[in-house]
Amino acid sequence: MNILRLIFYALLVRPFIIVFLGLNTRNLDRLKVHDGAHLVAANHNSHLDAMVLMSLFKLEDMNKVKLVAAKDYFCRNALSTWFSLNIIGIIPIDRKGENGDPLAPVIQALEEGYLVVIFPEGSRGEPEKRKPLKYGITKILEAKPEIKITPVFMHGLGKSLPRGEGLFVPFICEINVGEELSWAGDRSQLVSSLEATFDSLKQEMEPKEWL
Amino acid sequence: MPDFSLSNPVHASIVAIFGLLFASSIIVFFIRRKDEKDEHKELADRVKSWWFMIAIFSTAILTPPIVSVVFFCLISFLAFKEFISIIPLRRADRRVLFWAYLTIPIQYALVYMGWYGLFIIFIPVWVFFLLPFRLIISGQTDGFLKSITAISWGLMITVFAISHAAMLMKFPATEANIAGGLGLIVFMVILNQGNDVAQYVWGKLFGKHKIVPKVSPKKTWEGFLGGVLTTMIAAAIFAPFLTPFSFVFSLLAGLMIACAGFIGDVTFSALKRDLKIKDAGSLIPGHGGILDRIDSLSLTAPLFFHLVRFFYY
Repeated sequence: MNILRLIFYALLVRPFIIVFLGLNTRNLDRLKVHDGAHLVAANHNSHLDAMVLMSLFKLEDMNKVKLVAAKDYFCRNALSTWFSLNIIGIIPIDRKGENGDPLAPVIQALEEGYLVVIFPEGSRGEPEKRKPLKYGITKILEAKPEIKITPVFMHGLGKSLPRGEGLFVPFICEINVGEELSWAGDRSQLVSSLEATFDSLKQEMEPKEWL
Repeated sequence: MPDFSLSNPVHASIVAIFGLLFASSIIVFFIRRKDEKDEHKELADRVKSWWFMIAIFSTAILTPPIVSVVFFCLISFLAFKEFISIIPLRRADRRVLFWAYLTIPIQYALVYMGWYGLFIIFIPVWVFFLLPFRLIISGQTDGFLKSITAISWGLMITVFAISHAAMLMKFPATEANIAGGLGLIVFMVILNQGNDVAQYVWGKLFGKHKIVPKVSPKKTWEGFLGGVLTTMIAAAIFAPFLTPFSFVFSLLAGLMIACAGFIGDVTFSALKRDLKIKDAGSLIPGHGGILDRIDSLSLTAPLFFHLVRFFYY
């Protein structure tokens, strides 16, 4: 596996998350790296989401995990492109869809047997307010109907580093992993069951919201 | 760092604690072997966590002073982080919290310098009036009182109070107390944490009459008095090696540590009950968060510090 990527996650990301955030996890045993392709769907609050999600996986599983991210944001120049692709391990998505199907690289990664982490809300939005899910995730499942989805709900990162804030303030991050969902062939059914799962995962944690 | 030697009372005490820990692990092993339903997993988790905590604490004590100060600084930081993560605050408080965090390294720098005059007023005087001012700048008056009281109380208990444990280090070794400040820290921490365990064990064995059923239904008079007695005896045993205390004074110190520990414990129980949570965090398996472990220490440390300072230095 890419040694620089290992160093990045083991020596920088993880120690930072352990000391300056601290994770309070529930049902982490549900988050397994399967032998075959798999989807992990998480809510999106903060720039830190991606790093925290990646740090939930064992280091030896890291080379089987990729993260869906916006090309226009993560690949702005040669350096950020190299870093995002090789160190963070993203699948760049062309949000404008100028070069054919924007989700084609995700489907390709699943065909190669990767576990793919996706944020079905699209962008981060208002911190700690879940946006209605987009239908992008269902397009992936129409192409790969056998893929199972594990939902992950995070709370607290939107307090630590919300959208539009440059100042990081340490808060403990709460994480709850849901039961695997599978594709039943219906777009709105999948989206609404994913939304319902997110809401019940959140309710189970009783997170402290801003007053 | 001096060479490790049993003639050094601090080193000998740490060896004694590891001996006790080893004995507890053996007892737990035999309890669990008989127990087919595995009802004592939490107990086993607790003992396992004690191994980690005592190993980390011993390392922090046996290394140069700067490491010991950083260790206590980290405890304060983790405790304050847990605290602000469990209490309800406003988005407008974010930036104030950032400044509140910054007081932690400053307070411990004052400890390291041994600058007692500023150490003792920095949070209660300076931060006490600068922090509300910063909160006013953010411009949101709704909930102002709630936020500023919560943040100030959190800083007092997790930073100001805990830093007194580290400040004990600055008491020099004397003829009556060759172990110096480190001896006092080890003495206080052993008795304080031992008192928690003793009150728990006595309460489990003989607990009947509840003290404050609405706040902490597991706290009983039997547990409390058993803990007081055990802690006073332990104080009399450890004091000649680790402190300058006379026999009578060591009994009084034991009594004070046991009572302050109890009060600290129920204070945090009340806080958690108010917030409708069981534990403040999940950092230490079997114990909960770091706040759950140091709740009793936070009230004990300043009291013990001033007791020693008033009578012996």
